[in-house]
Amino acid sequence: MKSLEELQKIKERALERKKLAGESARARVIVGMGTCGIAAGARETMKAILEWLEKQQIADVVVTQTGCIGMCEYEPIVQVQVGNAELVTYGKIDPARVPTLIERHVLNGEPVTEWQVK
Amino acid sequence: MALYRAHVLVCGEPRCVARGAQEVQAALVAKLEELGLGQEIQVLETTALGHGDQGPEIVVYPEGTHYVNLTPDDARLIAEEHLLKGRPVTRLIYKELPTEPLPPPAAKEVRVVLRNIGKIDPESIDDYIAEEGYQALAKVLSEMTPQQVIDEVLRSGLRGRGGAGFPAGKKWAFAAAQPGPDKYLICNGDEGDPGAFMNRRVLEGDPHAVIEGMIIAGYATGAHQGYFYVRAEYPIAVRTLRIAIQQARDYGLLGKNILGSGFDFDLELRMGAGAFVCGEETALMASIEGQRGMPRTRPPFPAVKGLWGKPTNINNVETYANVPQIILKGAEWFAARGTEKSKGTKTFAVAGKVKRTGLIEVPFGITLREIVYDVGGGILNDKKFKAVQTGGPMGGCIPEQYLDTPVDYETLGQLGSIMGSGGFVVMDEDTCMVDIARFFMEFAQDESCGKCVPCRVGTRRMLEILEDICAGKGQPGDIERLEALAQEVRLGSLCGLGQGAPNPVLSTIKYFRHEYEAHIYDHKCPAKVCKGLIEYKIDPAACTGCTACARNCPVSCITGKPKQTHVIDPEICIRCGICQQVCKFGAVLVE
Repeated sequence: MKSLEELQKIKERALERKKLAGESARARVIVGMGTCGIAAGARETMKAILEWLEKQQIADVVVTQTGCIGMCEYEPIVQVQVGNAELVTYGKIDPARVPTLIERHVLNGEPVTEWQVK
Repeated sequence: MALYRAHVLVCGEPRCVARGAQEVQAALVAKLEELGLGQEIQVLETTALGHGDQGPEIVVYPEGTHYVNLTPDDARLIAEEHLLKGRPVTRLIYKELPTEPLPPPAAKEVRVVLRNIGKIDPESIDDYIAEEGYQALAKVLSEMTPQQVIDEVLRSGLRGRGGAGFPAGKKWAFAAAQPGPDKYLICNGDEGDPGAFMNRRVLEGDPHAVIEGMIIAGYATGAHQGYFYVRAEYPIAVRTLRIAIQQARDYGLLGKNILGSGFDFDLELRMGAGAFVCGEETALMASIEGQRGMPRTRPPFPAVKGLWGKPTNINNVETYANVPQIILKGAEWFAARGTEKSKGTKTFAVAGKVKRTGLIEVPFGITLREIVYDVGGGILNDKKFKAVQTGGPMGGCIPEQYLDTPVDYETLGQLGSIMGSGGFVVMDEDTCMVDIARFFMEFAQDESCGKCVPCRVGTRRMLEILEDICAGKGQPGDIERLEALAQEVRLGSLCGLGQGAPNPVLSTIKYFRHEYEAHIYDHKCPAKVCKGLIEYKIDPAACTGCTACARNCPVSCITGKPKQTHVIDPEICIRCGICQQVCKFGAVLVE
């Protein structure tokens, strides 16, 4: 990149891609992968999410990672956003909770309120 | 009928079988045979045990220990550890996950430094660019002169977030005024305070914000080479930074002729080995140069003579992370938050005896009470607040009567504490303040680099006195000796470690002198913490003679027959407290 115009282009491209991902994907699942999350088992949670989605042959869910959001006590923290609905934050999502979480919230669109961090 | 000393129930429901229950059962039976326990322990296949979603699962009776998510290897381990040696394998035991709604996160938070964290993928530069990333750099390179950048940062009132609170704009102006062409820029990511991890979070969650801040600072000060100094204990931060630096290089945001402006700047990553003193700027620079990490006298300040003897600007991670937003949104926007002399927000690592520990970002001027009760959710188990220590191991302890103090650099200093990098340890009524002072002195003594005699020897002597007091061997005059030594150490040390090491002692003497006196003159530890001053006793009225304490005592100092009152021999007792933990009847008391 050698000019300001190029930076603006990259910005527009990134925003566009984000928008497209939001439109074509059924949902976004974000896993906190800071040191705190990983120490609490976020890698296993991430693995479980990816495996479960693959097993169920769900391809239109975007899974990404992010850093520590400040509630290290509740790690592993997973955030779920279905379509344009509100982003919901869940705490203490271990692999055993993953199938329920995906089934209820991602597939049926009903947040699992009892695990939610409000 | 054969008698067994233990029974193991294995769930044989289809769900568990599908997850490998039969293999687990086979492994368990084979291992028990191998250990010669086949006649002592019965393995039974049964129906659902209750947590089939986490199968294969087994329950060991008579204890009723419920193991879940087992593999054949786990089964063999349980056979050997639990069934042969009687030690339950804690890691495999089913844990009740909280089902009640989790409490809400902090109110009163304002996110400036942490605005992107949790929102963007730290390994994607595009994510950062989509959130206005590198727009501040573009603005600086296309519209502003270095002097204008410095003026903007000066007007914002941004102060060094590493602890000392020196105005960042002034620091930049000093470095900019030095003759070039060789100048350096350093980002101090050697966050060494125990329990503090604000910088780690920024580096792991939003590395490009720090990189952008550094490029802007490089432009303002005339430096073309920057160094990231990050401790090696932060492997994920190091990895994230490596990726981020490479991405910025690939996009031409680092390197020659950035955005066609003619300005060159590049970054290198250096890892620290974790010595606390290397967070001090001159020691840090020595460490980058490959020397032993020791501070030196200032002046000359790094802005004049820094890394390799060249003018150097050094700021903390959080300071740099604030810069892009100051440029984009303006100095006035930034200065709108905070107090008269401390502008903007500050991140704190809230730890200790509060309900909600974690990382927060709050505006300056918030009171200590708001942080403890509104953000931290109050004291754990609703006990009584005793003190809060701010600023890490060199900070002082602030008692309850000052809880309504608005937090900024000056007010904390007036109370005998410091802002530091943002440590925030809350203590409740069960904390012994002499023990706390001893603990932090031990840290300071351990981390003293040894260059200044008052720090090297003084912290050692202070620690010895504190250890004596905690052991019940305190002498009249010890408090005064501590105070005198504290002055020597403070005045005779070059860097913040020695200058700050007496803070925990002086502040606890100032606010909790009665606790010191109780230790020395009455031989009592009011919080019942110091082992040399307490005695464990069994309350005959509450003791049922269950023998749990006697069986668990590591030094066998508890005697008594089953169903009769037990007695602790204070001569042998090592005050480990295990008897109190295992007693189900609350019969073990501390005096």
